[in-house]
This record gives sequence, C-alpha cells and structure tokens, in this order.
Amino acid sequence: MEQFTGRVWVLGDDIDTDIIIPTEYLALKTIEEMKKYGFSPLRPELAAQIGKGDILVAGKNFGCGSSREQAPEVVKALGIRCVIAKSFARIFFRNAINNGLLLIEQPDLYDEIKEGDTITVTVNQDVDYQGKRYPIASLPENLVEIITAGGLVKAMRRRNGLED
Amino acid sequence: MGQTIIEKIIARNIGAASVKPGDIVTVNVDRVMLDDIMMPFIVNKFQEMGFKEVWDPDKVVLIYDHLVPASQQDDTRHYRIGDEFAARHGLTHVHRSDGICHQLMTEAGYVKPGDVVFGTDSHTTTYGCVGAFSTGIGYTEMAAILGTGQLWVKVPETIRVVIDGTLPEGVMSKDIILRLIGDLGADGATYRALEFGGQTVEQMSIASRMTMANMAIEAGAKCAAFIPDEKTAQYCGIQLSGFQAGLRGDADASYVKTLTYRAEDFLPVMACPSQVDKIRNVSELAGTVIDQVFIGSCTNGRLEDLQAAAAVLKGKQVAPFVKLIVTPASRKVYLEALECGALQTLMDAGAIITHPGCGLCCGRTGGILCDGERVVATNNRNFLGRMGTSKVEIYLASPVTAAACAVAGKIVDGVQV
Repeated sequence: MEQFTGRVWVLGDDIDTDIIIPTEYLALKTIEEMKKYGFSPLRPELAAQIGKGDILVAGKNFGCGSSREQAPEVVKALGIRCVIAKSFARIFFRNAINNGLLLIEQPDLYDEIKEGDTITVTVNQDVDYQGKRYPIASLPENLVEIITAGGLVKAMRRRNGLED
Repeated sequence: MGQTIIEKIIARNIGAASVKPGDIVTVNVDRVMLDDIMMPFIVNKFQEMGFKEVWDPDKVVLIYDHLVPASQQDDTRHYRIGDEFAARHGLTHVHRSDGICHQLMTEAGYVKPGDVVFGTDSHTTTYGCVGAFSTGIGYTEMAAILGTGQLWVKVPETIRVVIDGTLPEGVMSKDIILRLIGDLGADGATYRALEFGGQTVEQMSIASRMTMANMAIEAGAKCAAFIPDEKTAQYCGIQLSGFQAGLRGDADASYVKTLTYRAEDFLPVMACPSQVDKIRNVSELAGTVIDQVFIGSCTNGRLEDLQAAAAVLKGKQVAPFVKLIVTPASRKVYLEALECGALQTLMDAGAIITHPGCGLCCGRTGGILCDGERVVATNNRNFLGRMGTSKVEIYLASPVTAAACAVAGKIVDGVQV
C-alpha cells in the first residue's frame, strides 16, 4: 500500500477556485508562471511557503466554483502531495483525478489537526496523526483506472497508439 | 420505477431503458462549448493526447467572451490559438465578439431539450433552462471529448424543487435561486441534479429560468433541469418531439429530497461577502453604503433584467458617488434593449453601458474595485477577490434590487424606491 508522510497546511471551508488561482492569472502561459499566485486572495504568502511533499487539509467543499483546471494543476505544481478535505466540489474533483492529484475525503481530521504538524497517509486505508488513525475510503474503480493509466492524457495517448 | 428528467436524458443518450443514480455511464456528446480563456490549454491537451481530428466539428462551439476585448498584452494569443484550431479542424460555430458563452449557446439555438452538453465553464449548468443535461468540465476532459465525442458521467441523484404561487412585486427568479442556495448551502447539491417544477416556474420566462439554472452550480449541483414546454419550443425555434415533450419527472420517480416553496413567501435577498450561500433579506442590510453597482453577466444580463432595472431607474438619477455599470449579455440583447428604450433610460439615469462579455463579473476588465469598496452585483459569485482586491465586499442581488441600490447609494429594498 502506497504510504507517505508530509507537513500539513490547514485551510477552511469552501476554498473556491478563485482563491486557488484568481481569474486575472488564468491566461498566463504556463502553470509554472501561475503557481506563485496560488491562494493569493486568502494567504498571499502561502505559495512561497509550501514545499514539495506538503499536504493540504481543508474543510468542506474544497475547490468549489469555476471549472478552471488550472486550480488542481497549480496545487500540484506547488508540490502538494495530496489534499485531504471533508468534501470536494465535483468539477475540481474530476479535474484533479485527470491530472493525477490525489484527493482524499476524511470527515474528522480537519477538526483536530494543527497547521505545521506532520501526518502519514496510507492510500486507500487511513491517515495517521499523532498515533490516531483516521480511516479513508477507496476510490471508485473507474477513477482508479484513470489514475493507473497515469491520468486522462496518457489514457488517450494509449487509445491513439502513442503509448503502450 | 419512474425517472427524473436527467435520468430520462441520460438513458436515451446511451440507448438504455433506464438508468439509476450512481450508475457510471459513457454518454455521447451532442454539443460542446469552448471558451477563449481555456483555449490554449484545450489545444495543448488535444495535441498531447495525439488526436488529429475533431470528432464532429458541427457539434463544437467556440466563444471568445472572457478576454474580449483584450485587456492584457497576451490575451490576443488566445484568439490566435482558437482561430488556428477552428481553421484546421473546420469549426464553423465561432463567436468572436457576440456576447457571453452561456447566453449565446441558448440564444443562438445550439442547445435543445434533451441534449447532453459540456462546456469549459462551470456555469454550463445554464442550459438546464431548456431541459438539457449540461455541466462544466476541465480542459483535459474537453480535449478528450473533442477527440472521441464521449465522456463518462455518474448519474446524479435529483433534488426536486417545487414552487407554487405568484411572486411578490419586486421579487425576481434571482431571489428564488439565492434563497435556495442559502437553504441548501454551497455544497448542498454536490453531485446532484436540481429539478424545478410548480406553477411559478411554469409561468416564468426562459430568461428567468436561465438565471436559476445558471446558479445551480453555486449549490454544488452537477446540473439543473426545467421541464421543456411551449415557451421552450418557441425559444429554441422547434416543435417538441415526443421524447422532448416527455421530459418531466415521473410521479413515481425517485428524488433524494423535495423542497416545496410558496412564491408569496419570497423576499428580495442578497448573498453577502464572501460566500454565495450567506443569504440575508435585503431589509436586514438596508443602509449599507455602496460604491458601485453591476447589472449584467450570464446570470442577469438579459433583456428582461435590463428592462426591470430601467423600470426602477426611470426618471431617477444614480447616486453621485456610485458607478452603475450595465453589461448586456449579448449583442442581440444589447440591440433589443436599445430598440425598446431600456438603454436610453439607464443612460439617462447615469449608467455606463459596456460591451457584452465576462470581464467585469470575473474581475478581469473594466470596473474592478479596491480595498474597502462595496459593490452590489447581479452576477453569480461573490468570492474573495472576484471583482478586484480581496478586501472588496460583493453583494449579489437581483436587477431590481441592484437598480434601487444604485439610486439610493446604499442597500435598499427595490420595492421602496
């Protein structure tokens, strides 16, 4: 079972896509140029503080709002290993899966965790926070297929005979 | 077992007798909407996936609206990439400056009752106003549709909303949908369909239904659905087929819940900063001083919205310190509002009339605000930083309420002006 440990950043409920990446930066040419503005309306300093392998923990309805796929791409480009929230908005959820950004629904962790602490995630099993284990569900099969294929782009490349 | 509107649409699309919530199915797409802001990303993904041809160019509509006219140096790059893609793949449905995507998709007849439609914008839920199944997706999934004509969907559960009676004076469909979002919460309909029915909805214009379907996403909904009727047929320029005429929830359909409202109970409301589900009666907010009013967007930029605002503003003047900015949703709406005199009335009252487009609603062009300023706006989102800096307060309201606030220079109940 895949397992990883990371430092946690904590955000609130209803973290919308305009917070994750505001519209004014959406037409920048690359995600690399965009990522420094990630979360800027809420916490302008956060993008520079996030390190590779860090984990975001948030409340309900993470990623609500726009269909902009730049949102999960920016989160991933900032080095975030996974997002753990009480719940996710549906377009963000699909976009994240298609880009290989791991999202985990967990109802209780958010209420108890402190920013800066460390957690260990065992995919499809649980989150370990200071010895307490928070169970997490397995992803539906069709989503596992997309992730296993390496994302939707790779799945389509395989369909078109460009990858084995 | 009966079916909901959305279940009927999906079942017919995949050639099944019925589907049930939770089923994961692959639908055949009837129409897609691509917008300018996402175009470079869509084209990149399409190429990266190794596609050479678009599955059906006639089913593709490309609309430039978020970045028209250009306000930043690189914006025209999006038009160039879009134009090249359209030329290479023989796309003929290209709108370069005709208005806001969701207005054009229905107004120009691209969406019919029973269609399955996807767009690279979250407010694609709008087309539920004519009884289509439509929802927003990201650019990677759009690229996959352009290549294959298909997408997987999970059949959503349906929440039924029934509204009977006559709305009080000065209350618009915007007040209904805001109140509903407040009652459901910003995630109350996540992964679900919102199906609307009842006398009040039957009596509504397509434009009013459009406002409600547009904002279904603000409760997290995957899609919205209105029963196609004679008004729908006329609006779409069609005769309803047997299938289209049968797009209503069966008596024994299974709904996850049913919400029932009396139209007479609705009041003018606002979504307060910075959550769309933070709903208050306008009377509770009365007296709050404002700096700007925006009337427009894919939510409330149609002829009836501009006429409702003009009726409030007729013979009055906008408060001297308030900027009233009005954005018709399309060129067609602009011309109609010109012909009927609504624009004249609005301008006489001191309004600035802009070109049709998305710029102001998403804080991209013309009319953005600064720290500490307040705006009453008829669009669909009041998120932090949406229309300027993160310290701008955005109050979402109906066109009637917004117009009344423009005159008063503060928040006020539209009926009182």
